[in-house]
Amino acid sequence: MAKKSATAATADRLLQFYRDMLLIRRFEERAGQLYGMGLIGGFCHLYIGQEAVVVGMQAAIGPGDQVITAYRDHGHMLAAGMEPNGVMAELTGRSGGYSKGKGGSMHMFSREKNFYGGHGIVGAQVPLGTGLAFANKYRGNKHVSLTYFGDGAANQGQVYESFNMAAVWKLPVVYVIENNQYAMGTAITRSTSETHLHKRGVSFNIPGEEVDGMDVEAVHAAGQKAVAWCREGNGPYILEMKTYRYRGHSMSDPAKYRTKEEVQEMREKHDPIEGLRARLLKLGGVDEAALKQIDKEIKDIVAISAEFAQTSPEPDPKELWTEVYA
Amino acid sequence: MSIQILMPALSPTMEEGTLAKWLVKEGQSVKAGDVIAEIETDKATMEVEAVDEGVVSRILIPEGSEGVKVNTPIAELDGEGGAEAPAPKAGAEAPKPAPEPEAPKAAEPVPVPAPAAAVAASPTPDSEIPNGTKFQDQTVREALRDAMAEEMRRDADVFLMGEEVGQYQGAYKISQGLLDEFGAQRVIDTPITEMGFAGLGVGASFAGLKPIVEFMTWNFAMQAIDQIVNSAAKTLYMAGGQMGSPIVFRGPNGAAARVAAQHSQNYAAWYAHVPGLKVVAPYFAADAKGLLKAAIRDPNPVIFLENEICYGKTFPVPVMDDFVLPIGKARVVKPGKDITLVSFSITMGLIIDAAAELAKEGIDAEIIDLRSLRPLDTATVIASVKKTNRLVVVEEGWPICSISSELAAQVQGDAFDYLDAPVMRVTGKDVPMPYAANLEKLALPNLADVIAAAKAALYR
Ligand SMILES: Cc1ncc(C[n+]2csc(CCOP(=O)(O)OP(=O)(O)O)c2C)c(N)n1
Ligand SMILES: [Mg+2]
Repeated sequence: MAKKSATAATADRLLQFYRDMLLIRRFEERAGQLYGMGLIGGFCHLYIGQEAVVVGMQAAIGPGDQVITAYRDHGHMLAAGMEPNGVMAELTGRSGGYSKGKGGSMHMFSREKNFYGGHGIVGAQVPLGTGLAFANKYRGNKHVSLTYFGDGAANQGQVYESFNMAAVWKLPVVYVIENNQYAMGTAITRSTSETHLHKRGVSFNIPGEEVDGMDVEAVHAAGQKAVAWCREGNGPYILEMKTYRYRGHSMSDPAKYRTKEEVQEMREKHDPIEGLRARLLKLGGVDEAALKQIDKEIKDIVAISAEFAQTSPEPDPKELWTEVYA
Repeated sequence: MSIQILMPALSPTMEEGTLAKWLVKEGQSVKAGDVIAEIETDKATMEVEAVDEGVVSRILIPEGSEGVKVNTPIAELDGEGGAEAPAPKAGAEAPKPAPEPEAPKAAEPVPVPAPAAAVAASPTPDSEIPNGTKFQDQTVREALRDAMAEEMRRDADVFLMGEEVGQYQGAYKISQGLLDEFGAQRVIDTPITEMGFAGLGVGASFAGLKPIVEFMTWNFAMQAIDQIVNSAAKTLYMAGGQMGSPIVFRGPNGAAARVAAQHSQNYAAWYAHVPGLKVVAPYFAADAKGLLKAAIRDPNPVIFLENEICYGKTFPVPVMDDFVLPIGKARVVKPGKDITLVSFSITMGLIIDAAAELAKEGIDAEIIDLRSLRPLDTATVIASVKKTNRLVVVEEGWPICSISSELAAQVQGDAFDYLDAPVMRVTGKDVPMPYAANLEKLALPNLADVIAAAKAALYR
């Protein structure tokens, strides 16, 4: 096969980004619906609005690189290549879920896809992700750990304990701060003295930069640079993704702490999926019909996952007692 | 293809709501993500978004309708295109939890049944409440809020600090209205930095202020446990009595519904282990109020363990100017002669129900609510065992090194000759809390377990 031109390769990549972001969006909408039907219980934190961050970052890493995040994790898992069926069935607490129904929305893992969870305690994943990077350095395997956390988590002390160790020991970890500007009902300006979170590495000599997290291409470019920096043995890197969640913090949050106009503005003017869709059409090479076809394919994948999540049986009662110890 | 839009559940405990407003009309086309309606629950107004694309063909529930049950079809959508897509069946049945006789309502994910109304509504009056006192019905949530408000009015050194306690009015709405009344100087929203603000609170208490530190849940206090144990609990002793820590740490403890291992843990035994701390875990609203007021006045660090599932329960609370209860005293909720059932916090509901079931078989159970876990009122339990000769202790937490194992040890030491059967214990299972609905049920103590334990102690 003839080598594709650079622009054709770019177009292919953008189309893949479109597909990946749309899968997360449609998956999350469906999860919200299943929650509404009582099929998903407990907390359920949707990722709608932030899709460009994980899709762009995932495309910047390679086989063997690890990913770890907090409880707003469905998008990270889908981006990491985990099966929609297994993720959705975990949300409904069924045996076909990634944790056999024992972990739920906030606690899912895939050794195969190098996804290290899903963690419910704000900030706790940051030392863990740093530890994954430590293992990479220890083994000399050149892999990089992507450690995601939120603007709220950025105030936890263990984040800075991690920064210091990562910098002193030159650990290959990209700290991806998903600054969606709210931690539950607290706007970042109310909780945080320095709101430009990429500067938080300054006193540890960790380079950091701010990225438009609603633009998947910008995320991807920044991600490639940061990952290369880590892979070359220069130590950690901080990327502050400016992003936005459209829904409440979790399903039961009415989000009264921000105006409808603010949300509307983000949805209408900065939506990562709509933005890329417009760009794809402008670039040419794909037309409305082709994008509609993708929309339909994604819709089917998500519908199948919802069906699977409802038909997969509940875990066997014996599972209550298994896997407490190895 | 016609798709039904169902009344959504917007929180783990919602059963019904008001369809406040339709934002679409029949004949209008919608796409996924469009806001189509507003729904009101007891806690909030929420927006409902379309999940599918299509034309609203029929609105089935008019706006303004109250008490619309979750999963009732509220509108129909004529879907375009995706006819062959296996959309999840609207109204698909929720997983049926294993049938258990005591399950409150199939749709309600509350793992522990509500107490038998009869006993709950008229518990044996507390000796601290004068005869003739009037009672008013209040939720535990309101009782806790009133306790804080009264103490803040009374003492300017008392302040409240924690995540979302101010502008958001509390993640579980316990501090509703307090910011309005006391202002941002005394109702303080913190960053998510538990170790930091717990330690800051302890420092402020060294300086003589009386902080109430709210943990959004006790699971997150694990970030701060060093400051609670090493700084708050031990300073009075280490300073030879010169200074101590008059502070209250409070928040919901134990399992909530379906939030899995990291958010469902019971810390009662953890804190009860520590000399220098006092630990309180009320069930009834009156105890929540009287004991929280006592905790705020206490010169020692007090761990105040609430329960999320109990926040909405309503109980009578005495109408008194200043209702304060002593920390460290259990209460006999109902006297009985055949067997003693002891518990605290949410599992009080279980022993109250169990007593009602046992009564049907002619067994007269004495019910004791420990209320405080340190100091632990073993005297009340032992006095009861000397009368009934049989004891069942019920708790939600893990069995090893637990409140029930402590009570068993103390009772066999002090009332060995009075026991006609081994002390029976009913606890949470010795595993992390699973997420799946069926496993979660199995992990928690239930009514059948309590009845079985009581019968075993009675050799019946
Ligand atoms: C240690 C700890 N404290 C508090 C909580 C409760 N909590 C869960 S998410 C959250 C807000 C976190 O905000 P942020 O880090 O910005 O992430 P986002 O939800 O915006 O993705 C809080 C306070 C928790 N899970 N863990
Ligand atoms: Mg945030």
